[in-house]
Amino acid sequence: MEKILEVNDLQIDFDTFAGSVKAIRNVNFHLNKGETLAIVGESGSGKSVTVRSIMGLLANNAKVASGSIDFKGRDILKLSNREIEKIRGNDISMIFQDPMTSLDPTMPIGKQVAEPLLIHGNVSKKKAMARAEEVLELVGITNAKNRMKDYPHQFSGGQRQRIVIAIAIVNYPEILIADEPTTALDVTIQAQIIDLMKELQNKIETSIIFITHDLGVVAGIADRVAVMYAGKIIEYGSVDEIFYNPQHPYTWGLLNSMPTLDTDSDRLYAIPGTPPNLLNPPRGDAFAPRNPYAMQIDYQAMPPFFKVSDTHYAATWLLHPDAPKTEPPVAIRKRQEEFRRLVAEGKITQPENDEGGVKDDAE
Amino acid sequence: MQNNPQPNERKKLIEVKHLKQYFNAGRRNEVKAIDDISFDIYEGETFGLVGESGSGKSTTGRSIIRLYNPTSGEIKFNGTDISKIKHKDMLQFRREMQMIFQDPYASLNPRMKVKDIIAEGLDIHHLVKTDEERDARVNELLDLVGLSHDHATRYPHEFSGGQRQRIGIARALAVEPRFIIADEPISALDVSIQAQVVNLLRDIQKEQNLTYLFIAHDLSMVKYISDRIAVMHNGRLMELSTANEVYNHPLHPYTKSLLSAVPLPDPFYERNRHRKNYDNSIENDGQIRSLQEIVPGHFVLATEEEVAGYQAAAEEYNLGD
Repeated sequence: MEKILEVNDLQIDFDTFAGSVKAIRNVNFHLNKGETLAIVGESGSGKSVTVRSIMGLLANNAKVASGSIDFKGRDILKLSNREIEKIRGNDISMIFQDPMTSLDPTMPIGKQVAEPLLIHGNVSKKKAMARAEEVLELVGITNAKNRMKDYPHQFSGGQRQRIVIAIAIVNYPEILIADEPTTALDVTIQAQIIDLMKELQNKIETSIIFITHDLGVVAGIADRVAVMYAGKIIEYGSVDEIFYNPQHPYTWGLLNSMPTLDTDSDRLYAIPGTPPNLLNPPRGDAFAPRNPYAMQIDYQAMPPFFKVSDTHYAATWLLHPDAPKTEPPVAIRKRQEEFRRLVAEGKITQPENDEGGVKDDAE
Repeated sequence: MQNNPQPNERKKLIEVKHLKQYFNAGRRNEVKAIDDISFDIYEGETFGLVGESGSGKSTTGRSIIRLYNPTSGEIKFNGTDISKIKHKDMLQFRREMQMIFQDPYASLNPRMKVKDIIAEGLDIHHLVKTDEERDARVNELLDLVGLSHDHATRYPHEFSGGQRQRIGIARALAVEPRFIIADEPISALDVSIQAQVVNLLRDIQKEQNLTYLFIAHDLSMVKYISDRIAVMHNGRLMELSTANEVYNHPLHPYTKSLLSAVPLPDPFYERNRHRKNYDNSIENDGQIRSLQEIVPGHFVLATEEEVAGYQAAAEEYNLGD
C-alpha cells in the first residue's frame, strides 16, 4: 500500500508558566492512500495536537522538539507559512468538532464553500460558485441552489456540519482530517454524517484521519486504529485487531468501560485514577499507576513496541517473552474468542501472526 | 428489571400529568417544547429520558424542578402539586429535589472554594450549626464521591472534568435530597471517566435510596443505568417501558430508528448495520394519539386503531425469544 503521509518521531512541547509540557512524546505513524485511520484517546492524550501539527495550526507556545511529517516528499514541519498555506485547505483539509463555531456567521454559505477554490484554484468566481453548489448537493444539502445565499444560523446542527464538510472537500483534498466531527451531534445525525464521509471517501478517494474518543464510531468508520495515551501511541493495528484482539491494558480498559447494549452486570469497569501530568512525564509506562496488570518494570522503563502481527503492534511489557502469562478481563477474553470465531468462519482475514518480539525500529 | 416489585405496588414520587410547556405561547414564534406528556417516576428507581436535541428532554427536567411554570398540566412531587407550593415551603422543596448539570466547567463558581461550593446548600438550609460540623460534613461528602479531604480548600480550576462532576454531585447530595435530576451528567466527560461517574451515581443511589431522572442522548449508557426509559421526540413521549423492553423489543418506529443509529464498539456489527430511517409523516397525519399500553408496562404513542398492530408486533417478539 502506498503511504501518503508519514509522521516520524514527532515530539511537541508546550511552554507554560508551570514549565514545559511534553504533549507529544515520540509519535510515529503513517497514513495509507485511501484508508481511514482513527486516532483514539482521552482529552489531553495529544490526538488533536498531533493532527494540528500536520495542518501547521499549532498554538504559539508549541515547540516541535524533534521529528518530521513527510507529505509528498516534503517535511511539513520545515515549510514556511506561505508554503503551508498552499497545502492547507487544498491538499490537506480539516473538519472541526463544533459546527456552530467553525462557520462564519456573517457570510452566506455558498461563498464560504467557494472560498477555498478562490484561494487555491485559479478559477473564476462564477465557476467556483457553481462548484460550491455541486459540492453542497453532494453532501446532502437539499435544494442547494436556492440555499447558497442563506446564512449558517438558518441551518440545523447536522446541516451545518455537512456544510463544514463541503468546505473541507471542495478542493478534493488528498487527506481529510476530522477532529471529533460528530461529537456535538445527535446519534441519528452522527450516523448520517459518518455514512456521508464513507460515501465521499469512495467518490473522491481521499484518505481520512479520524479523531474521536467514541469507540463505537471508530468501529464503524476505521480501517486502522491508533490508541494514544499521555502523548504516545501505545497500540495500533487494523480495526478488527484493536477491537477483537487488543493487547495493551489501556485499550482493554477503554473497551471495557463502554457499556454495550447487552451489558447487564452491576458495575461498569472504570479505569481508576486520572491521566498523568505531562509536565513531568513518568519514566516508565505512563499508564502503569492506573494499570492493574502493571509490573515492576512498567515503572522503570518505557516499553518498546512488541509485534503482534504484521499490522498490529502494542507497547506493553506484558508482551515480552519473559512476562508472566496474564488473563485479560472477561469482556476482553470474550472479544478474543469472537475474533477467533470470526477468523475461523472466514469473516475476518487475519494477517500472518508470528510469535512476537521486539520491533527493531521502535523507540 | 425482573426482580423489582410490580410498578403499581410501588410509591410514585413524581407524577407528571398532561404537561405542556410552550414558549412564546400564543405568538407567531410559539414553540411547543413539551406537548402533553404524562409519566410517573417511582421511588428508588432510575428513570431514563432519551431523545435528540430539541426533543424537550431538558425542558422536562427543568419543569419538574420548577424552573419554568407549565403552560398547562400538573406535576406532583410526593403527592403535592409543585405549582401550588407556597413561597415559604419552597425552600424545603428545593432541598428534596436537586440537580446535577451537564457542563462541569460552567456549573461551579470559579471564585468559590470547593468546600464552600459543597456547603452552600448546608448554609442556606441551616443544616449545620458550627464550622467544625460544616467541615466534618464536607469531608464526609468528599469521601462519598471519592475526593480527598485536602481538595476542600482548592478552587474548581484545579480539577479535571471528572473531578468537577464529582464536586457537583457532592453539592447535590449535601442537602440529603430524595430526588435528583441528572441532565446529561456524563456527556462532557471522557469514556474512561464516564464509567467512574456512572458507578458512583449507582453506589450512592443504593446507599441513600435515591430516585433519579437521568436525561441523556447516549443510549447505551442510559440503558445501563435506567430501570425504565421514556423516548422523547418533538415534545412528546413516543415509547415508555423497562430499559430491557425498550432496547430489546422496541415497538415505535422512532425508537427503532434511534436504536439502529447507536454506534457499538464492534466492527463486525458495524459493517453489517442497517440504519432505519424514521418517517416523520406518520406523526403528522392529523390523527390524535396518546400513550397506549400495548403489553403490561409497555406504552407507545398510538391511536386506538394502531394498538392492535403494535400488540401483534409485541407478540412476535415473544415468539422470537
